[in-house]
This record gives sequence, structure tokens and C-alpha cells, in this order.
Amino acid sequence: MQLTRAGFLVLLWLFVLAALRVVRSDLYAASGLRASGLPGFRRSEKSARGSKAPRQLVVTHGALTGTRISLDGRPILIGRADDSTLVLDDDFASTRHARLSMRGTDWYVEDLGSTNGTYLDRAKVTAPLRVPLGTPIRIGKTVIELRS
Amino acid sequence: MGSPVPAGEGSPGASAATNTSPGLKAPTRRGTELVMLSFAAGLVTLALILVELNQERSLSLRILYLGLAYLGLFACAHLAVRRWAPYADPAILPCVALLNGLGLVVIHRIDLALEGTVFPDGSTWDPVAFKQVIWTGIGLLMFAATLKFLPDHRMLARFGYTFGLVGLVALLLPGVLPGFIAPTINGAKIWLRIGPLSLQPGEFAKILLMVFFAAFLVSKRDLFTVAGRRFLGMDLPRARDLGPLFAAWGVTVAVMVLQKDLGSSLLFFGIVLVLLYIATERAAWVVLGLGLFAGGAVIAWKLFNHVQQRVANWQDPIARYDMIGGGYQISQSLFGLATGGIGGAGLGAGRPEMIPEANTDFITAVIGEELGFVGFAALLLVYMVFALRGLRGAISVRDSFGKLLGGGLAFAVCFQVFIVVGGVTKLIPMTGITAPFLSYGGSSLLANYILVALLLRISAAARAPQRVAKPKPQQPAIADQHTVMVERPK
Repeated sequence: MQLTRAGFLVLLWLFVLAALRVVRSDLYAASGLRASGLPGFRRSEKSARGSKAPRQLVVTHGALTGTRISLDGRPILIGRADDSTLVLDDDFASTRHARLSMRGTDWYVEDLGSTNGTYLDRAKVTAPLRVPLGTPIRIGKTVIELRS
Repeated sequence: MGSPVPAGEGSPGASAATNTSPGLKAPTRRGTELVMLSFAAGLVTLALILVELNQERSLSLRILYLGLAYLGLFACAHLAVRRWAPYADPAILPCVALLNGLGLVVIHRIDLALEGTVFPDGSTWDPVAFKQVIWTGIGLLMFAATLKFLPDHRMLARFGYTFGLVGLVALLLPGVLPGFIAPTINGAKIWLRIGPLSLQPGEFAKILLMVFFAAFLVSKRDLFTVAGRRFLGMDLPRARDLGPLFAAWGVTVAVMVLQKDLGSSLLFFGIVLVLLYIATERAAWVVLGLGLFAGGAVIAWKLFNHVQQRVANWQDPIARYDMIGGGYQISQSLFGLATGGIGGAGLGAGRPEMIPEANTDFITAVIGEELGFVGFAALLLVYMVFALRGLRGAISVRDSFGKLLGGGLAFAVCFQVFIVVGGVTKLIPMTGITAPFLSYGGSSLLANYILVALLLRISAAARAPQRVAKPKPQQPAIADQHTVMVERPK
């Protein structure tokens, strides 16, 4: 009887540890870091682009600071609209403010007719501009940049 | 890149399911969930076997079938998740399955202990474990239905005010209705009796009001932040922004006075405060709210007899052991916990019949007696993992409504556990409230399964890869068109 009692408690704790293990392995998945570490992701990206290709978009200033979105080749919409990839909660952003899209191996930013404009580093974006790694893009109070 | 290996990928079934195509596909981790669910079902079956052994009942294949049926029930829930929310969090459902299963086993165990007991009024104990199994089934149905009919949690925000009104009515209804529909049970007037069915509308109101508050705060948050910017350096919110807080406080007090239900009022007020705090990130709200609550609590204590009783029972339950409405319940619960000690008496080997209300408010005391501190701590950690995953989903979801609602839902479960376990262990005055997923009670179980479905929906939205935005032809509005100089023809 003593054995079964202790055994059950051990199993209960094993369940807790297993759950925590799932949590640990999942920690980076939601932030987009782990997704880029998956074998499937790595292979397809390596073959498509060089090793210095941007892999994620990071918000460096503003209310959403720290948000990361992993780039998978699909365009990224930024604005206050609910269906944007990056939903901004900012009085200075427009409903559809800007779009980041990939052409060839490079990412381009274009302004979607926003009221207050989009800035790449210091320059106002009027036509699609190529976005180098680590260059700040300013949208309202939010600053984002691409990282590898 | 030394990325950690997912727990489920060690087993063949999981690895096949988590990463089927090598293309651009984020892992859904449904395989991991299934493995964890099987683990939970195994634990629950083992718990049932231990109870039957310790109660010296004959073991039969029936138990195995029960365990398999339990696994089947949650496998259906798992399939529902797989179909309607494939990217949902893999840790939430197994935690719920374990808690609910252990709750069922303990309720069955209390049935065994109370079997054949004749109460002073001549009635005998009516086994409730089977009813709870049916409630679990209905709860899982509601869970699947919520996932199916709510493909996007942002749909809820549209009905914010409707939900708020319905929730408020549901919360206050039992307090104002006459006694034959809303009977007073154990001093609290929180039930509605319709025919043979007893409902606790407050459990559902909890979720409805959370949806309302999240939607309300999201739509008004811009206002809050703009105002905050204008009053730079001024820590306190403006007087007219205090309206919602005062309204919530008023409802809380009404619940306390009309229904004599301390637990729900505390829970409700805590949820409102946390939602306000998450929305505004200003500690001033919490300080103000706690001040208000403290004031209200002191006034309630001065005015109402039942509050004074609860507080006196909390301060010294053993001195008031023999009084009517005295410290008997808490004393018995403390005796039970003391008997359990570190390692517990063993499942089925304790004496839960000594603890009053053993299968509802004091079910955690029974678990503490039979599993001991070690098992009880593990159980609280399971709750913690559940809340952790809920909060994680809330952090990573991209819309503010989802963030607020997810945070509020996860916090509500945590806070409810705190209130009930705090009461049972004499940390805070005992207030009658159910332990989520463990206690016997249909309304509580149904409401909590809807809550889990909402949390899964939010986590699925957070973890799903981005949808391809359809390239819409950009037609700037006429107001946004550049001004063009039209030259007058000469």
C-alpha cells in the first residue's frame, strides 16, 4: 500500500514535469524564435536565401516593444485594421499603414497611403524601398526593424 | 541553434503528427497534447484503482473500461481541438483533463465513504459521481460547440454590451427572485431552481462580464492613454474615468448583500481590477480598487452578521467549534489536512466523511488529506501550468481584446483557486466557492469548460501562422487623394 501511495505521487509529479517540459519547448514557438529553428524552416530558407537573409521582424519602440514576427516570405501588413499582421494600437497609425513584402531575396517597405507617413531610417517612404537588416522603420510611435 | 526538443517528439505518434510536412508549416503540437492526455487518463485510472483497492472493493475489468471511456471522452475533445483550433496550446487540455478526472475520482470516493449514511432528517446519501460524469460529458460538448461556433474570439467583442447586460442580470437574478425559484442553500442565495435542475448563473456571468469588460476597455483605451498623456506626472486617474470602477464596486457590494455570497463578490471584483490593470498598466487602479474593497469589506463586516461569523471562524475556528454556523467546517478541514501530513493517507484511505461539504467547497481538503502536501502541491502546480499557458496565449495574441480576455480568464481560474484553497487552509476567511474542475457542480463545470474553449481559441489565434493577406487593390479614399492642379484651358 505504501508503495502504491508513493508511486501515485511520483506519477503525479511526473505529469507536472512533463507539462512543464511542453511549456519549455514551447516558450519560443509563440514568439517566432523557435519556428526559425525548426529543421523544415531552416532547410527551405537556406536554399531560398543566403544566411544573412532577414528571418524576423522585431518591434523596438512603442506599445508592442518586444513583439517578434517570423518572416516566411508572405507580405506583412501593418496598421490598425484587425486583420493586419502587426496590429497597431496607435493614434498616429492609419488603418492600413504600410506593407513589407519580399521580392527576390530582399524585403521592401511601402506606404499604403497613410496619414502620418512611414519613415525608413530618416527618409519618408513614398515608393517601395529596400529594407536593409537592422534599419529602423518608423510608423507612428512604433519602430520596427528586420533581423536575421 | 540549440533549440530544445519538444517533449512529444520522442514518441513515434507525436513526431508524425507535429511536423508532417517539411514545408512552411508551424508545428501544431497536437500529438504532444494526445500523449499528455493519455498520461492524464492513465493517472486518473490509477487513482480509481487505488481508491477501489483501499476501500477493499473487488477490482474488475469495469475500472479499465471506465478509464478507457474517460480517455475516449477527452479524445473526442482532442479531435474537436484538432479540427476547429489546430494551433491551440497543447498543455491546457491535458491539465484540465487531469483536474477533472481527479475530481471525479475524489467525488466517487466521497460517495463510497458516505454510502448508507442516514442524515438527521431521514434521507440517505445520494451518490453524485455519476451525475458529475454526465456533467463532464455535457461540459465537453459545450467545449466543442464553443470551438466550432466561435472561429475567431474577436467576434465576442461585437456583442460586448449585450454580454455585459445578460451577465449582470444573471449575476443579480438569484438575489432578487423570490425564494421558491431561488432558494437559499447553505446561507447563500445563488441558485436558480427550474424543475429538477439547479443552476448557478453566477458562474456563467463571470465569463459574460469578462467579455464585456475586455470589449469595453479595448474600445475606451485610446481615451485613457490620451488622457494620461495630457496629465503627465499625475498618477491618479481622472474622476470620471473612475465610473467603471465604482460601478463594479457597487455590483460587488450588491452581490454581497443580496446573495450573501462573499466568494463570488471577491472573485468578481478581483477580475475587474486585474482587467483594468492589464488595460492601463497603472498600479494606481489596483491600489484604489483594493482600498475601495477594504472599505467595503469593513462596512460589510460591521453591518452583516454572516460576515462577522465568517471572520470569527477564520480567526479561531476551534474555539467556535460547537456553535451553530461556527468553526466546525474549517476545523474539520484543518484536521483532515493535518491527518494527511506530507505524504497523505493514500487515495481511498482517508476519512473524507468527517469533512462537511466534502465534494464541493472542501474538496481540496479531501485531496490534501489523501494525497498529502506533496500531492496537493502537484495539483496546485497543474493549475499553475494551466494559468501560465493561458497568460502565454494572452501575451502572444496580436489583438488587444484577445490579450485582455485571455489574461482575465486565466487570472479568474487562478484567483478562484486562491480563494477556495486559501479558505480551506485558513489563510483567508472561508467563502463558499467551487474549485474549478474539481468540485461537484454542473454550472461550475460547464462554465469552466466554456472558459477553457475560449482560452484555447485565443491561444490558437496566437500560435497560428499568419494568414496570407489578400492583396486588395488599393484605392485611396477621395479625401486622401493628392491634390492635382488642373490648369484652366487657355
